[in-house]
Amino acid sequence: MSASSADMSRRKLLLGGAAVGAGVLLAGCTSNDTKDGDAGTNTKENTAASQAPGKAVTIGFSAPAADHGWIGAITANAKAQAAKFSDVTLKVVDAGKDAPAQIAALETLIGSKPDAIVLLPQDGAQLTAIGKKATDAGIIVINLDREFSDSAASFSLIKGDNYGMGIAAGKFIGEKLKGKTDAVIGEIPGIDELQLTKDRSKGFADALKTYGLTVKHRVAAGFTVESGQKAAANLLQAAPKLDAVWNHDDDQGVGVLAAIQQAGRKEFFMVGGAGSRDAMDHIKAGDTVLTCTVTYPPSMASSAIILARLAAQGKGMGDLVELQVPKLIVLQSETITKDNVDKYLPLGFKS
Amino acid sequence: MSTATTPSADPVELSKGAASSAAGQSWWQRDSADSAKRNLALIGVLVLLLVIGAWTRSDIFLDIDRLWSNELTVLTQASSIGVIVVGMTFVMISGGIDLSVGALLALASVWCTTVATQDLGPAAMVFTALAVGAIAGLVNGGLIAYGKLVPFIATLAMMLSARGLAQNISGSHTQITADPFIKSLAGDRLFGVPYMVIIFVVVTALGWVLLNRTTFGRRTIAIGGNAEAARLAGINVRLQTLLLYVLSGLCCGIAALMVVSQTTSGSNTHGDLYELSAIAAAIIGGTALTGGRGTIVGSLLGVLIFTQITNLFIVNNLQLDIQRIINGGIIVAAVLIQQFRVGSFFRTRFNK
Repeated sequence: MSASSADMSRRKLLLGGAAVGAGVLLAGCTSNDTKDGDAGTNTKENTAASQAPGKAVTIGFSAPAADHGWIGAITANAKAQAAKFSDVTLKVVDAGKDAPAQIAALETLIGSKPDAIVLLPQDGAQLTAIGKKATDAGIIVINLDREFSDSAASFSLIKGDNYGMGIAAGKFIGEKLKGKTDAVIGEIPGIDELQLTKDRSKGFADALKTYGLTVKHRVAAGFTVESGQKAAANLLQAAPKLDAVWNHDDDQGVGVLAAIQQAGRKEFFMVGGAGSRDAMDHIKAGDTVLTCTVTYPPSMASSAIILARLAAQGKGMGDLVELQVPKLIVLQSETITKDNVDKYLPLGFKS
Repeated sequence: MSTATTPSADPVELSKGAASSAAGQSWWQRDSADSAKRNLALIGVLVLLLVIGAWTRSDIFLDIDRLWSNELTVLTQASSIGVIVVGMTFVMISGGIDLSVGALLALASVWCTTVATQDLGPAAMVFTALAVGAIAGLVNGGLIAYGKLVPFIATLAMMLSARGLAQNISGSHTQITADPFIKSLAGDRLFGVPYMVIIFVVVTALGWVLLNRTTFGRRTIAIGGNAEAARLAGINVRLQTLLLYVLSGLCCGIAALMVVSQTTSGSNTHGDLYELSAIAAAIIGGTALTGGRGTIVGSLLGVLIFTQITNLFIVNNLQLDIQRIINGGIIVAAVLIQQFRVGSFFRTRFNK
């Protein structure tokens, strides 16, 4: 009996205690004040954490061999950014000349088990399987610029906006030639077969259409200086008078500008593409027909290294709330003119 | 060469004996007229292209000022590849081939626009371009003549290494030059004719003289016709072969300077696929891959035809994919016509 009454009292005590506890808890819950009142908004902690040195990570990097300035800048930027972090070891592997060569190089890289891989594929679709393989092996894969055909093959994708680049160029030209519907507009794209060229040209045409303008002369070059010179020389013969020209690529733009100067033409203005240092210098000096360039920044390689580091350390992005880096980042195509060129000069890449 | 034309079409055999045996025949019946007939046909193609131009873009091709300006552009565009074709024609007539021309152009363009070279002034840039081309040609020639490598393999190896070295030196960057002399080569004109065109014409003329009016040219044709016979005849085949590749390399050096001037830069991407364009132009100009036959004028016309076609496509705002198909067709058509018509057709028709 006593045992049972003692049992009872113990039970009562427990129940009572629980009730009191619940009451206190409930009372506490009536308050709507929260300790972390800025939940769901940016936290300084995230920003600070993203910058603070974390556990040492190894990041593998693979991009096509530099055959022109832009790709060269991609690899250079990645190396420079990685060198700024004391907790990052960068392993650059040669991507070879084509997709199969890059796949072979990546197989070796995956075998060495890096924490993350930043990958600018020779061809997005062809490299998707190897991206998936790396992801399945627990490696953080940051897909740079050329998109995999399956988004599950990468942790995050950061890329430029080719269509938006065309829009930006079309808008700049449209604003300048507004109302002049008989304006003669030329276009010098890079390699015509590439999807990126098609996207750029479509954006350009779409933007011009809103101003009632169309492209009258279009000559494809090949992203090289020499092809730019040849394309432009012939284009200038086809069009004795031009109002504006958009040249998709500042690397080939060196040749395009040379041809324009050799022909002694200056009745039109030109918009460039990508944002090379040389193009910016000309825009700043105002010594050529080049008055503007729309960016496709190779600085994205630096950003990709930053993303890879954060993701591998399990951190979110500073200035953002989420505890993981975003899945997809599409960069703006910015318009550089004489007015803002000084701000962009440090980002200009060497042709 | 088709068997129907017989070796007597070879200019090397245009010795006194052949000439006297041909005496009394009409111009058309002489075998030596074969290359002239071929070239006339090529000129016909060029005229046809201009007629197409006049038909599709009368505003350009029927306006004398714009036609002049357009054709000067065509000649300027043809100039660098044209200089290379002169060297290529010599090599091909001797029975060889030079696949490294595009890569040598790239290497010379990069080497002559490095900061170190540019600091030494334009004379150093010119010297460097020519020297790099000639020395690389010397290596090609040495491997082929004395190392007994097949020309295809030796120059293929050079193509890869030279392009790689160009990439290595330049770091795959475009090396821009602001040198006023180099820039003036492409920008300035003499009596209204761009210097590029003048260089092109001078090199071609020198090439013609060298091939047709010197023993060097005769030896070249002899080697291509039959190397063993040439050796037995006392020609130093090895030395001659070596010199031919040096000549081709030198042409690449000149062309490199021209491209540097036109693009105001040196780059490892310069001269892309020039080897194929040069071989194609030489072939439709009547140069035999087997050697022993070919003319400078024919190759020159070959270059002009390709360049004029490109120009026609661009002034008509057409895409270049169809042009590639047409270019391929032209090569086949030109060779077929040379093999069957010029040789046998004329003979059966006019020489009954």
